Amino acid sequence: MNTPAVEIQNLSVTFTGPDKTRVEAVKNISLTLTRGKALGIVGESGSGKSVTARSLLGLTGGHVTADTLNILGTDATRLTEKQWRAIRGTKVAMILQDALNSLDPLRPIHREIADALPGSRKHRKRAAVEALHAVEMPAPILRADQRSPELSGGMRQRALIAQAMIKNPAVVVADEATTALDTRLTRMVLDQLAELKDRGIAFAMISHDLAQIAQVADDIIVMRHGEIVESGPTKQLLSDPQHDYTKQLLAAIPRGVARFAPLSQVATFDDTTATFENFKDPVDVREPSDISAIEVHGLSKAFGDHAAVFGVSLSVPQGSTLGLVGESGSGKTTTARMILGLERPDQGSVRIFGQHFAPAKESERRDLRDRLGAIYQDPLASFDPRYTTSQILINALSDGTTSRSRQYLKRARELLDLVELNSSLLSRSPRELSGGQRQRLAIARALAPTPDILVLDEPVSALDVSVQATVLDLLDRLQLETRTSYLFITHDLAVVEHMSDRIAVMTQGELVETGTAQQIMHAPSHPYTQQLIAAAPDWNP
Amino acid sequence: MRMASWLARRVGAAAFLLWVVATVIFIAIRMIPGDPAEAIMGGPGSQASAEALETAREQYHLNEPILVQYVLYLGQLITGDLGTSYAQQRPVAQIMAEMLPATLQLTLISLAIAWLIAFLMAAIAARSSRLGQAMGTVIEVVAAAVPHFWLGAMLIIIFSTWLGWLPAVDTGTVQGIILPALTLAIPLAGFLAQLMRDSLVTAMSSPFALAARARGASEGQVFFRHGFRHAALPALNLTGWAVATSISGAVVVEEVFARPGLGRSLLGAVLSRDMPMVTGIALFSALIYMVVMLLVEAVEAIINPAAARGHDV
Repeated sequence: MNTPAVEIQNLSVTFTGPDKTRVEAVKNISLTLTRGKALGIVGESGSGKSVTARSLLGLTGGHVTADTLNILGTDATRLTEKQWRAIRGTKVAMILQDALNSLDPLRPIHREIADALPGSRKHRKRAAVEALHAVEMPAPILRADQRSPELSGGMRQRALIAQAMIKNPAVVVADEATTALDTRLTRMVLDQLAELKDRGIAFAMISHDLAQIAQVADDIIVMRHGEIVESGPTKQLLSDPQHDYTKQLLAAIPRGVARFAPLSQVATFDDTTATFENFKDPVDVREPSDISAIEVHGLSKAFGDHAAVFGVSLSVPQGSTLGLVGESGSGKTTTARMILGLERPDQGSVRIFGQHFAPAKESERRDLRDRLGAIYQDPLASFDPRYTTSQILINALSDGTTSRSRQYLKRARELLDLVELNSSLLSRSPRELSGGQRQRLAIARALAPTPDILVLDEPVSALDVSVQATVLDLLDRLQLETRTSYLFITHDLAVVEHMSDRIAVMTQGELVETGTAQQIMHAPSHPYTQQLIAAAPDWNP
Repeated sequence: MRMASWLARRVGAAAFLLWVVATVIFIAIRMIPGDPAEAIMGGPGSQASAEALETAREQYHLNEPILVQYVLYLGQLITGDLGTSYAQQRPVAQIMAEMLPATLQLTLISLAIAWLIAFLMAAIAARSSRLGQAMGTVIEVVAAAVPHFWLGAMLIIIFSTWLGWLPAVDTGTVQGIILPALTLAIPLAGFLAQLMRDSLVTAMSSPFALAARARGASEGQVFFRHGFRHAALPALNLTGWAVATSISGAVVVEEVFARPGLGRSLLGAVLSRDMPMVTGIALFSALIYMVVMLLVEAVEAIINPAAARGHDV
C-alpha cells in the first residue's frame, strides 16, 4: 500500500527558445506521490510548478531528464509517445484550471469528458452522465448535452474533475483547480479533491495559494525559479517555515493581518537586523472624516428581465475604504460601473462629494469625473497596445493628447515614482511589463488626474501572492499619503478584510449586510454572510 | 416559434436589401450618359431612325417622369418580371436560367477546391517549424493577392501551352473546368488559409487541447476533434463573402477561358449597355449572396449552438 505511486529523482526540464537559448524551467527536483496522500506544490508564476505537473504526463513540451521517473512501477524516463498515451488519462490524469477554454466551447461536455472511453457513443454518454453525477453536477443529464459557455465557472470546474476521473486513474494532478472560483465553490471543489485521497488516489495539488493547499495537502513542496526551496509535512512547514522565501509567502497572505500593516518584506527581509514583527506595526494615521466621498442611494439596474442590482445604498467616507464583496454575478461590477457613470442606473442616485453625479448629463458631471479613477483586474486590456508607458501616462495627464511637453514627462516620472516603478520603464510597451508592474502602471494612470476616489474592481485577483502583497501595500501607502477614498471590490475575503474599514456584502444584486470589517468577518449577522465566512479556508498555521 | 420569427426577420431584411439594391441599380443606370433608346436599337453604331428611337422610348416608358419609371420598374420586379434583354430581345430570366448552371458549377467547384487547399495549407503550416510557418504565410499572402486575369493567363501558359495537359478554352468537359476553377480558387484559398491557420494554431495550443492530450488523445484526434472545428468557424463566416468574390471573379475568369456563364453575360451586357440584363444579373447576385448568408448562419448554429443562443465563446 505504501510504496510510492510516483517517484521522481533529480528531474530537470529544459526548453529551447527560438534563438537557441536554453531555459531550465525545472532543476533537479525530487518528489514522491503516495496512494491516499496529497502533495501540495506551491509557487508563483514561473516557478516551474506546472511544468513539474505535466512531466507526470509527458506533456512538458521540453527536454526532460531524470535519474528516476517512476510512475506506478513503469520507468517513464524513456517512453515513446504511444506508451505515454496509454498512461495519460488512464493511470495519470490532470485536472486543469477552469479557464473558459479548458473545455472545448464547440463540443458538448459529455464528449469532452468521455471521448477517451471505448465503446459505443451511447455507452460513453451514459458514463459521462454518471461521472457528472459523481461530482455533484446539478441536472447532469441536461448539463451533459450543453457546451462549456452555457455552464457556470463552478460547473465547468466540476466537469473538468469528472473528465479527469472518468477512467479511474491512480494518480491525479490538479493544476490550479480552485484558482478562478468563488469562496463557496472553492470550498466545494477542495472538499471533492480531498475526497480523492479517501479513494486511495495519489494526488498532487498545484496552486499559488498556500491557504488552499493547506486545506488538502499532507505534505507541501515550495518551488521558486524551478527549484524546490523547502518541503515538509503541511503543519510543520506552515508553523515553522525554514526558508526565507516560504516565510515571505506566508507573510504575504493578508488573512488576519491588521489594516495598513505591510504584507511584503521582499526587499528588506534579508536584512538580518530586521525582525518580522517590526514590519507589522499598524500605522493608521488617518483622522475620521464626516464628508462622504461616495453616497449611493437606492441604486437599481436591470438587463432585460434580469435585475442585476436592486436597491443598493452605501457610502464611503473620505479617506476610507469600503470593501464590496460578493460572488461572481452578485452585481458588484454593475454597481461599480454605475458609480463610475459608465452605466445609467434605472433607479437611485450617486453623489460624489455631495454633488449629484448619476444619473446626470455628461456635460454636467465632466468636472466630477476627474475626481474618480478606476482600476481593473486586467490592466493590459485597457492599455492601447501601441502606446508606450510614457504615452499612456501623458495621455492620461493631458486629457487625451499625446503632447511631448517636458512638464508632462516630469509628472509621468513622478507618477512612476509614486507607484514604485523605475522610470526606465517609460519607453517600454505595457506588454513587456510583468503582471505586478502593469497593475502599478494602471494605478499610476488612474492617479494622473489626481482623483479623490479610486474604484478598484478585483485589482489584485490576477496577481501572485507576493506581488499582490506589494500592490496592496502600495494602495495602503497611497491612501495614508493622499487621503484617497477607495471602493474596493473583490471576492477574496482575506484581501477585503485587510484592506477595508467597512465591508458591504452583495448577493444576487442586493446588498445584504454592511458593517465594520471586524463585524462582518467575526460576527456576521446575515445568513449569506455567515455561509460565505464559513466557507473561507481556516488559516491557523 | 423562435425558428419562425428568426426566419421571418431574415426574409424581411433580405427583401429590404433587395429593394435597396434595385434602387441603387436604377439610379446608377440613369446616371450613365447616353440615350438608352440607342442601346435598345443596337447601340450608337446602328444608325437607328428618329422614329425608331421614339418608338423604343414609348415601348420602354423612357418618356415618362423618372418617378413613374421607378414605380413601373419596381412593379415589374415585384411580379418577378426582369424585362427583356435589349441586345438579345429575349426575356432576361430565360437567358439567366440558361447561364446560371455553368456559373454555379464553376463557383461551387472553386469554393470546394479553395476550402480544400486552404485547409491543407493551414494544417501543414500549423504543424511545421517556424521557418515553414513563415513560408506558409508568404505563400498565403501571394496567393491572396494575385489578380484573376494574371493567374488565369499563367495557368493557361503553364498547363495548356507548355505542358499541354489541360485545354485553355472551356470545352464543357471535366478537364475544361479545372483551370478556370483553380483560377478562382487560389486567391480565395490564400485568404481562407490565413484565417484557418490562425485559429488552428490557437486551438491546438489552447487549454482544451492540452486537456485532450492529458486524457490520452493522439495529435490526430486533437486535430480532428478540436482543431478542425475551430479552424472551420471563421472561414465559414466568410463564405458569404467568398461566394460574392467568386461570382465577381467569374466575370473575369469566364471571359479569360471563353466559358459561357452569368459573369460573361454581365460583361457583355455592360459593354452593350443592355440595362435589363445588368439589372437582372446584379439583383440575382445579391439574392444569391443573401441566401448563402442565411445558410452559413444555419450551419454555424449547428457547429456552435452556444454562440447562436447568444453566449460568448
